[in-house]
Formats: sequence, C-alpha cells, structure tokens
Amino acid sequence: MTLGVTKKEKIDALAENVGVSLAASAWKRLRRSPVFLIGATIIGIFVVLSLLSPWLAPHDPADPMLIKQVVKARNEIPPPQPGHPLGGDLQGRDFLSRMLVGSQQTLIVGVGATLIGLTGGLILGTLAGAIGGWVDSVVMRFVDVMLSLPALLLAFSIAAMFAHPSQFSVILAISIVQIPVFARLLRGSMLAQRASDHVLAATALGVKRGSIVFRHMLPNSLGPVIVQSTLVLATAIIEAAALSFLGLGNPDDRIPEWGQMLGDVQKVFDTHPHLAAYPAICIIIVALGFTLMGETLREALDPKNRR
Amino acid sequence: MLRYTIRRLIQLVGVVLVLSLLLFAWLRALPGGPVSALLGERATPESRAALTKQLGLDQPIIVQYFKFLGRAASGDFGVSNGVQPGDSAMEIFLQRFPATIELSFSALLIAIALGIPLGYLAAKRRGSWFDNMSVIGSLIGVAIPVFFLAYVLKDNFSHLLGLPSIGRQNGDIGATRVTGFFVLDGLLTREFDASWDALKHLILPAMALATIPFAVIFRITRAAVLEVLDEDFVRTAESKGLTAPVIRRRHVLRNAMLPVVTTIGLQTGALLSGAVLTEKVFAFPGVGEALALGFERRDYPVLLLLLIMAAIVYVLVNLLVDLSYALIDPRIRTR
Amino acid sequence: MALLEVRDLTVVFERKGEEPFTAVDGVNFDVEPGQTVGLVGESGCGKSVTSLAIMGLLPKRGARITGSVVYDGTELLKLSDRQMRDRRGRDLGMVFQDPLSSLNPVIPIGLQVTEVLERHRGMPRKEAMVEAKDLLDKVGIPDPNRRLSEYPHQLSGGMRQRALIAIALACRPKLLIADEPTTALDVTIQAQILSLMKELVQDLGTALVMITHDLGVVAGLCDEVNVLYGGKVVEKAMRHELFAKPRHPYTHGLLASIPRLDAPRGEKLTPIKGSVADNIPWEQGCAFAPRCPNALEVCTSVTPAEEDQLGRLLRCHNPVVPGTPAAEEVPV
Repeated sequence: MTLGVTKKEKIDALAENVGVSLAASAWKRLRRSPVFLIGATIIGIFVVLSLLSPWLAPHDPADPMLIKQVVKARNEIPPPQPGHPLGGDLQGRDFLSRMLVGSQQTLIVGVGATLIGLTGGLILGTLAGAIGGWVDSVVMRFVDVMLSLPALLLAFSIAAMFAHPSQFSVILAISIVQIPVFARLLRGSMLAQRASDHVLAATALGVKRGSIVFRHMLPNSLGPVIVQSTLVLATAIIEAAALSFLGLGNPDDRIPEWGQMLGDVQKVFDTHPHLAAYPAICIIIVALGFTLMGETLREALDPKNRR
Repeated sequence: MLRYTIRRLIQLVGVVLVLSLLLFAWLRALPGGPVSALLGERATPESRAALTKQLGLDQPIIVQYFKFLGRAASGDFGVSNGVQPGDSAMEIFLQRFPATIELSFSALLIAIALGIPLGYLAAKRRGSWFDNMSVIGSLIGVAIPVFFLAYVLKDNFSHLLGLPSIGRQNGDIGATRVTGFFVLDGLLTREFDASWDALKHLILPAMALATIPFAVIFRITRAAVLEVLDEDFVRTAESKGLTAPVIRRRHVLRNAMLPVVTTIGLQTGALLSGAVLTEKVFAFPGVGEALALGFERRDYPVLLLLLIMAAIVYVLVNLLVDLSYALIDPRIRTR
Repeated sequence: MALLEVRDLTVVFERKGEEPFTAVDGVNFDVEPGQTVGLVGESGCGKSVTSLAIMGLLPKRGARITGSVVYDGTELLKLSDRQMRDRRGRDLGMVFQDPLSSLNPVIPIGLQVTEVLERHRGMPRKEAMVEAKDLLDKVGIPDPNRRLSEYPHQLSGGMRQRALIAIALACRPKLLIADEPTTALDVTIQAQILSLMKELVQDLGTALVMITHDLGVVAGLCDEVNVLYGGKVVEKAMRHELFAKPRHPYTHGLLASIPRLDAPRGEKLTPIKGSVADNIPWEQGCAFAPRCPNALEVCTSVTPAEEDQLGRLLRCHNPVVPGTPAAEEVPV
C-alpha cells in the first residue's frame, strides 16, 4: 500500500510540475513581449493611482465648491482655473479630483464583477465538468438559457430588476452575465482533462475523485480561466458605463466611477464634450491595458506557440 | 441534418419558454411597477389597489404567467404603458423591427466588408507595420464604449460628412412603404431619393454599431488565415503553380472562413445590445430605442416581448450559422 | 545535358535576433531525364529544404537561397514569382509526406485534380473532369467517378497519396519530387505506393527525385543516391555501388543500423551513436566527426573536401575500407 501512496504522490508532483513548467515558460515569453509589458504598465499605473487616489485628489470629489460658477440657464460650468486644472463638473465639483477618485471605484467595479462571475462560473463549471451526468445536464441547460440572450442585454435586464440601483447592483448585473461564460470554459476544459492520460493514470491508481479534481483537473484548466478573467476586467468597466448611460447605474454620484461619470453626462455631450472625453479616454486606456495583457497571456499559454 | 435541425428547433422552444418565465417573474419584480408608472408616485393607495386588481397583478405569478402565455399565443403581449402608451406591444415591435434589421444588417455588412479583407491582409503581412497598427486598432475598437463612439460620430462627423445626426425619419418625405425597410422600399417603388435619404440616416449609426463586430471579425479572420497559411495543403496548392487569387480564394479563405462564420453568428449578440445604445443616441426609431425607453420607463409588456424576440432572433441566427457551417465544411456534412 | 542541375545550392535561414542557420550547404547533384535520384539522410539534414528550394516554395522572407538550379536550360532561381508559378505543376510536380494534411479538406478531390489541368493545360472544367477520372484510374483508385466528388476525409490514407500523385503527374511534368511520400503510410501501403511510383515514372519517362530517410525505399527505386549530412552531400554513388561498398562512415553506419533478415541469429544491430544535434559546424571540420567511429584528429580541424573517387563522390578524411564489418558495437 505504501507503494501505491508514493506513486500517487509522484503523479501529483508530476501534474504540479507540468503546471509549473507551463507557467514558467509562459512567463518567460511574456517578459520578452513588449505588448504585454505595455499592458502591464498601464494596469500597474492604474492600480497604483486608484489605491493612492484618496490622498492624491486635491479636493473632496463630492464637494460642490464651485457651484457659484455653474449657470444652468446659460449652460455654463466652471472653467479650468488655479487649483482646479480641469475645472468643475455640472454640479461645481472639482473635475480632477473626481477623475482621480473615479479610478478607485472603476477598479472596484472591474475586480468585483470579475471575482463574482469567476466564483459562480468556477462552482457551476467544476460541478458540471467533474461530476457529469445529470448535474452536467442541468447546469448546462441553465447556462444555455442564460446564453440565449446577448450578454449586455441580459445585464441590462438584471440591472433593471433592482428597486434602488447602486454600485452593488451594477457589479452584480455585470458579473452574473459572466457566470455562464466561465462555467462553459471550465467545463469544456475539465471534460478534455477527464479524457487525458495523466487523469486516467491517476484514476487507474485509485486516487480519490476529489483529489483528482482539485489537484489534477482544476489546476490544468486554470490557464484559459485566467485569460478570460483578464478580458472580463476590460468588458466590465465598459459595461458599467453602458448601464449608467441607460439610467440603470448607481444614482449616487458622490463617490464617482468613470463609467458613471461618462454615462451621466449624455445630455451635455455636445456642449461640454470634455466631461465625457476624460472618463471615456481613461476607460479606453484601462480596457486596452487589460485586453493587451489578456491577449498576450492567451498566446503565451497556448501550447501551439511553445518552442 | 434534418433531424439535427428539428432537435435544435425543439431546444430553442424550450429555452425560450424557460427564458420567458424567468423574464416574466423578473420583470414583475421590477421596481416601481406598472401601477406607479401609470398613476405616478403620488397616487392614493385606493386607486393603486384598484388598478393592481384591474391589471391582474394581485394573482400569484405562476397564474399570471400562464394567462400571459395564453394571450401571447394569439400575439397579445399587452399594451405599452411607457414607450408608446396605448399601443400594443406587438404593434410597437412590428413597427420598429424593420428599422433595427436595416441598421444591424448595414452594420454587419460594414463589419464583414472591412473585417475579412483587412484580416486577410494583416495575416499575409504578419509582423509588418500595417499588421501591428490594425491589430492595435482592433483592440482599441473593442475598448471604446459604443455609445460614446456614437456621440463622437454624431456630434463631430455628421457636420463634417454632411450626414443627418438623427435616425431615420418616419415617412416625413412622403415615401411609399412596402416592406418597412426604407432603403429597400425606395428601390422597389423606384423612389430612389427616398432610398438615398434612408441610407444617409443609416450611415453614422451603422458605423458606430459596426465597430465591435468589425474588430472581432478582423481579429478572428487574421488568426484563422495565419493558421491556414501554415497548412500543408496551401503548400500543395503552391506546388501546383496555381495563381495567387485562386490560392487565396479556394484554398486559404475557404478554410479560414469556418471560424469566421461562427463569429459572425455570435456578433448578432453585440449588434442587438449595441442597437439599444446606438439607437438611443441617434434617436433611431428601432427596437433598441424601444428597449432603452422600456428600461427607463419600466414598460413591462414591451420589455417582455422585445427581450423574448431578441432571444429568438439571437438563437435562430446562431442555429442558421451552425447549419451553414455544415454547408462549408464537408467534414461535418458527410459525417 | 542533365534535366536538372543543382550547383552549390545553399539555403540560410535568418530570423531576427537569432543566429543564421545554414540548412543546405553547397549541394551539387544532377538528374538525367527519366532518372531516379535519391536524397537520403536523417531528419534535419537539409533534404526537404533542398526540394522546397528547387520548387521555389521556401518563404520569400527569412530564407536566403544562393547557388544555381538549372532546369532544362533555365535558371529557376532567377525566375520571377509569376514565371515560377507557370513552371510549378507543369514542368515540376511534387508529392508531399502527409497526404491528409496535404489535401484541401473542404473542396472535392475532383476539383483538386482539375484545377491544375485548367491552370496549365487550359482545359475547360468538363474536359478536365474526364481527364481527372482517367488520372485517378491510372493511379489505381477504384471507382474514380465517385471519388471525384468525395472529400479527402472520405478516402483512405493510401488513396489520398494516390490522389496526390495523380495531381502531381496531371500535367506530365518531366521532373517529380517526392518528399518522404510513404512515411505517413502503413507498411503494406508503402510498398504499393512505391511500386506505383516506379511504374508511373517508367511509363511517363518522368525523372524522380526521391527524398527519404529510409534506405529501403532507395534500394528499391533509385539509380543514384546522394547521402546528406548537416546540409552537405557526404557521399554520392550509383545505388549498387553504394549498397555494396559504402565508403563514408555515415553511410556505412546507416546501412549497418538496418535490421537484416539474412543476418546471423543473435547479431546485434549497430546504431549510429549520438544525434544530429551533436553536429559541429562544417567550418571547423567534419560535421559528422563527433559521432564518427573513424574520426581522426584532422576531422575536427579541417573540413573534408568533396573528392571524386572512381565515379563516386566522397567527403571524408578517413573513409571506410570496403569489406570492413560494421563499427564496434556502441553501448546504448
């Protein structure tokens, strides 16, 4: 029996090594990829900025300190001035501070939506892929129903469900839409794993199913999931803006979020385009950063590209 | 093939039924509700209760759902109470659907007409300046919020290009209506100026709507062509001395189109959701604008019908795509 | 005059940020009309690159080709892309290794045969179809009319290779290049395909360049054999000469590592030690020296020249003396 145990351990070690060497070789290629480095730099700056923004922001983003310069009748807002390099917004709040603090909420929306979607997808996908049988059928029918509506349309419908929209309802609407995507991805990859030689070998040696799932199948399925997560970080930020644009976003704008800032100024796009352009350009750059990282990650993890 | 199609159609019915039940329950739970929407927030509790009863909203949801199904079977999805108060939901759908088809179809046409040739060229010149630029361009394309791009086009380019900045006008130029597709109508009735006018109203919204499908089709085409160019059979074709156009068409593109076709099906999703945003920006009187208004004004009957229709269209298009896949790929057809 | 004269053919692959790699290094050989010439060697010896260079199928970027390839009096390396397209498939045909991946999966076999007839012989589709049917018949595909409308995945491996041969010979080229045409096939099918090719080149008077790692294929087919190592021809001889008296230690080793049915019971096989990866560059002596049982000190310092020895070309400082048994057994 001891022999059996050591063999199992060997196989586990082997499976882990496979994972490690794959990650190691992918990392080696990523480090040399200029595209990945550009993406990583953008995201690095974005994360640092959003963490430090409460201290970096010169003013309280919720304080209508320049309200006297807002003339509704003539559609005038505070212009750039000493102490307020970007001027004020429609409510006379310091625009630069709002942009800075907005980065933090944007990061929260992106990461929150991705984490919830990922967790839901991991649970459903692992259940379906690891157990199979009727569990698989039920989960996949459910996924089919969710995928029968285009993702963004589904997110709109979910967001419209909440009596009092908030940051949380926005995050939830965006994340639920991602669950079927993650679930399918994981299930497909797990099914492929189930038929693979190293899982067969472990099964033949009598390794417990739970152990096979968590030590062999799941780690080897993670590559595509990580790639997808990176891409979802990008789409979540863009979708949050679309929700705000349709009036389904967080109505409380004391603590701003870029998507919300962009969606909320639709009535003045033509007269004060900079109020839309700043958040829009920031969203585009950050989304591009995540996409660049995700796409290069996908290429690096693709065994076809390995030499 | 036929059995497969029938099985898929039955699945489609099941999916739509489950989805409609979910949406039904869901939309009943919408905040505000039709009562507030009709009477306003400050109505007396008595009048609210009366209207709730009158609309049948006091019954259990499952009872309401089956009543709804019964009426839906005869095409009655209820009356709009927000988008176009008083009109039936079906009427609104039928009246607006051609506009959205026209818009989505134009957008898809733009996306395909640009995406496939550019994707092919980029793959052929892999690593070149052109390739790198267009890949980065396509990545930026998917990163731009659709409605922001729509506003940029509307506010900046409509002047520049001399194009109208709002969506198509309903019959204001006295054109005859045959099919409801304005461009087509003009051609059918030989009122070409009407066609031209409709086309001008289409261009900007279609461009905004086309960005994401274009970027995706471009990238999939590029990846697929890169893969096919490495295949042995392309080398065989070269060894036969075939001309470059024949190799491109018959050997490279024919094979590279397989993944592209699937992608085009999935892009219907981006078109449907994008239409909600684009049509709102351009006040384009299509289904998307109705959905946007419906979300804003909590118009249940309209939302329910339009979302179910969107699901049916989306699933049907993807079924068609799967079937056409079998037409292009003999390995599936003759299995 | 020879049908094909390859002189000092050199192919260097250049990639950004990497050392240039010389895949083919000054290869010379002739092919007379109707003759069958073998190019033999392990994978990576440059034999396939040689064939692709002759066909003009190497990528335009990244591969630098020098030397000369004269076909029927025309310098092929100087032809424009368009002129080369006119020649390929008409004057030079090629058969590849893997018949499944070498056929287009989404168009019928018929079109894959007729397109080359339409291109080079200007036949209308209908006429080409009749011709294609005859061609499939000639290469031994049963029921050719049905096969014309079928797709590659519906054919067996042997039949696919027959179809590829039909395509390569459709325009009666004077030269056929076959790159490992039997490697991907079952052993029994291999023999059928080889005898078919032998028969066809004899009937049509086609010259054949047979590229293979399998000396068995050479023994049954080739008039003259070129043994390649590290991108250079190390020994060139008529088939009987080569098999009877291999002089280069590499050739000798290749022959000694083939199991023989007539060998005495219990006799051990003698593999060539090491692998192609152990090569040293030709500039610093003989590339084969690290693996060579006959290696002398001079072999790792002076590049051996090509010498003509009684109608056989040899590139070796210390050739095997005819009659010696295989080298000492190498512990594996």
